[in-house]
Amino acid sequence: MARTLFDKVWDAHVVHQFPEGPALLYVDLHLVHEVTSPQAFEGLRQAGRRVRRPALTVATVDHNVPTGDRAAPIADPIAARQLEALAVNARDFGVELFDLRSPQQGIVHVIGPELGLTQPGMVIVCGDSHTATHGAFGALALGIGTSEVEHVLATQCLVWSKPGTMEARVTGTLAPGVTAKDLILALIGRIGTAGATGHVIEYTGEAIRALSMEERMTVCNMSIEAGARAGMIAPDETTVAYLAGRPRAPSGAAWDRAVATWRELGTDPGATYDKRVELDASEVAPQVTWGTSPGMVTPVTGHVPNPSDFPTDAERRAVTRALEYMGLAPGTPLEGLPIDRVFLGSCTNARIEDLRAAARTVRGRHVATGVRAMVVPGSQQVKAQAEREGLDRVFSEAGFEWRNAGCSMCLGMNPDVLQSGERCASTSNRNFEGRQGRGGRTHLMSPPMAAAAAVAGRIVDVRRWGEEPAGR
Amino acid sequence: MMEPFVRHTGRLAALARANVDTDQIVPKQFLKRVERTGFGPALFHDWRFRPDGSPNPDFELNQPVARGASILLAGENFGCGSSREHAVWALREYGFRAILAPSFADIFFANCCQNGLVPVRLLPQEIAELFRRHQAAGGEYQLTVDLEEQRVHDGLGFRTTFSMEPYRREMLLHGLDEIGRTLRFEDRIGAYEKNRDAGCEMREPS
Repeated sequence: MARTLFDKVWDAHVVHQFPEGPALLYVDLHLVHEVTSPQAFEGLRQAGRRVRRPALTVATVDHNVPTGDRAAPIADPIAARQLEALAVNARDFGVELFDLRSPQQGIVHVIGPELGLTQPGMVIVCGDSHTATHGAFGALALGIGTSEVEHVLATQCLVWSKPGTMEARVTGTLAPGVTAKDLILALIGRIGTAGATGHVIEYTGEAIRALSMEERMTVCNMSIEAGARAGMIAPDETTVAYLAGRPRAPSGAAWDRAVATWRELGTDPGATYDKRVELDASEVAPQVTWGTSPGMVTPVTGHVPNPSDFPTDAERRAVTRALEYMGLAPGTPLEGLPIDRVFLGSCTNARIEDLRAAARTVRGRHVATGVRAMVVPGSQQVKAQAEREGLDRVFSEAGFEWRNAGCSMCLGMNPDVLQSGERCASTSNRNFEGRQGRGGRTHLMSPPMAAAAAVAGRIVDVRRWGEEPAGR
Repeated sequence: MMEPFVRHTGRLAALARANVDTDQIVPKQFLKRVERTGFGPALFHDWRFRPDGSPNPDFELNQPVARGASILLAGENFGCGSSREHAVWALREYGFRAILAPSFADIFFANCCQNGLVPVRLLPQEIAELFRRHQAAGGEYQLTVDLEEQRVHDGLGFRTTFSMEPYRREMLLHGLDEIGRTLRFEDRIGAYEKNRDAGCEMREPS
């Protein structure tokens, strides 16, 4: 029978099928970070259990780490305690840890791929909803809760009821200045933040094939913002080229065997999905969110909507509330909206290509007066690469703060937060109320759009940005 | 050990908002604890408390009639966003035993089932009816969630059924330890691993 990419990965990992519904799925790679794991390790200790496969478990610190001076002690004692707990747990249970001193430290969803830990056909889990990122390689990668983290540590398996499948076919070609971020935001705007709940999305079509691995990661990363626990893209030559030579990818004869199996993973002709949606990439403009949910998004040329434009009471209430929180009046054009802060970072958009695109936009220019802008590379390796290319100087000379790697102001667990009322152009993934700091107002957009906003001091359409080509 | 849930009668609190995300349920500044406890005071923190720390009288759960509520009525896509199980720990510690909504985010739903907090999916028109009844009663409204019979009723004529996967239902009914349950299949895990590792190409750390 013709099978989808998802079916193939699922079938290969079923250890046991419970007659009452879910399956016991084997986990090939378990990524661990400091915020969602301490209770899981404590649970193991209390029950006298061990980590079943320490070698398939990799830990790093990212969520609450300061991104300033690495030599300075951590000012927040509670954050320090959480980092210390992970160090102790990693040592006690024999788990490899990339800590703050490690040159490989970084956001868990950035370092997995860059180390070559993330590979096609794997089941990958992490106590973090943006684990969907790794699906860009044709892995089945999903976020789990802390109880499930403990379960995977103890059994190397996850109990999961088979979700539905959804094909998101993206045809056409992205226009200059339009990025993978705009594509996924446009899709979320189309299907809504619960549009793929209960489903795994497979992204297909020529526009997806044309994306680099880093762009594919941006797309899969935000699957969760459409409600899908996982998003996947079938591996191809782009995938193979990305993984070749990575430190934890197979090598020699093992590499050839692995590549041969990866090539078989793609969805068979004639396989069907439970749901389908189609999007024409050539019609996608740079996107900007105006509200407090990623689905509240519009092309940069658009306006803040009027609550009365919406058909249901619930939507009108939600939009009214969002506009009040965002301090926006209906009908306001997005273009020209003044901003106070810019955040270039997060597991969505802090890889080297993102930094290059942003640097192209700001090169030779300067951040507007009154705007505070920061660049937080996704990993220390991304940071080092950017420094080799001189991007740090481009950003510093333009007035951006150049920081160390971490989740930073994507969720504001560390000292990088918005003050109440501050408006931020952000390359992250969530514009929820208070996400970047209580009372903070987040507008999600692509790296070139955020970089341009920093220079202009207001939201601008990057497609009309100076002489240099911006974006892709 | 998870507290078993067979049936529960309690006061309903209504939160007429859609897409309530886990950042609202427990804001990030409270995620630094290394324990499973202590999250009750953080529940809906930025909605419940004003910036000066005083209770926000306008927030639904701060209404006097909502005091002691143990069942939460909510809008669609409840629990979306971050995977933080802290959100469920906070709801439990605050005193909630069940949440009724037209839909839940997938990770949140799974987290509820791990902690004896029963997520009940009802039809949108049933949820709307419950909001109406709650409002008509001035908030003095009790409901029974019966997991064993998979029924919700108010003793005043509202009566409906809901579905719950048998595996999850059994876990919740008996407060089962899922790890212990899975380890009953340890021989199968071992057999799978033997097969897998023979063909496994992942380079392990040196």
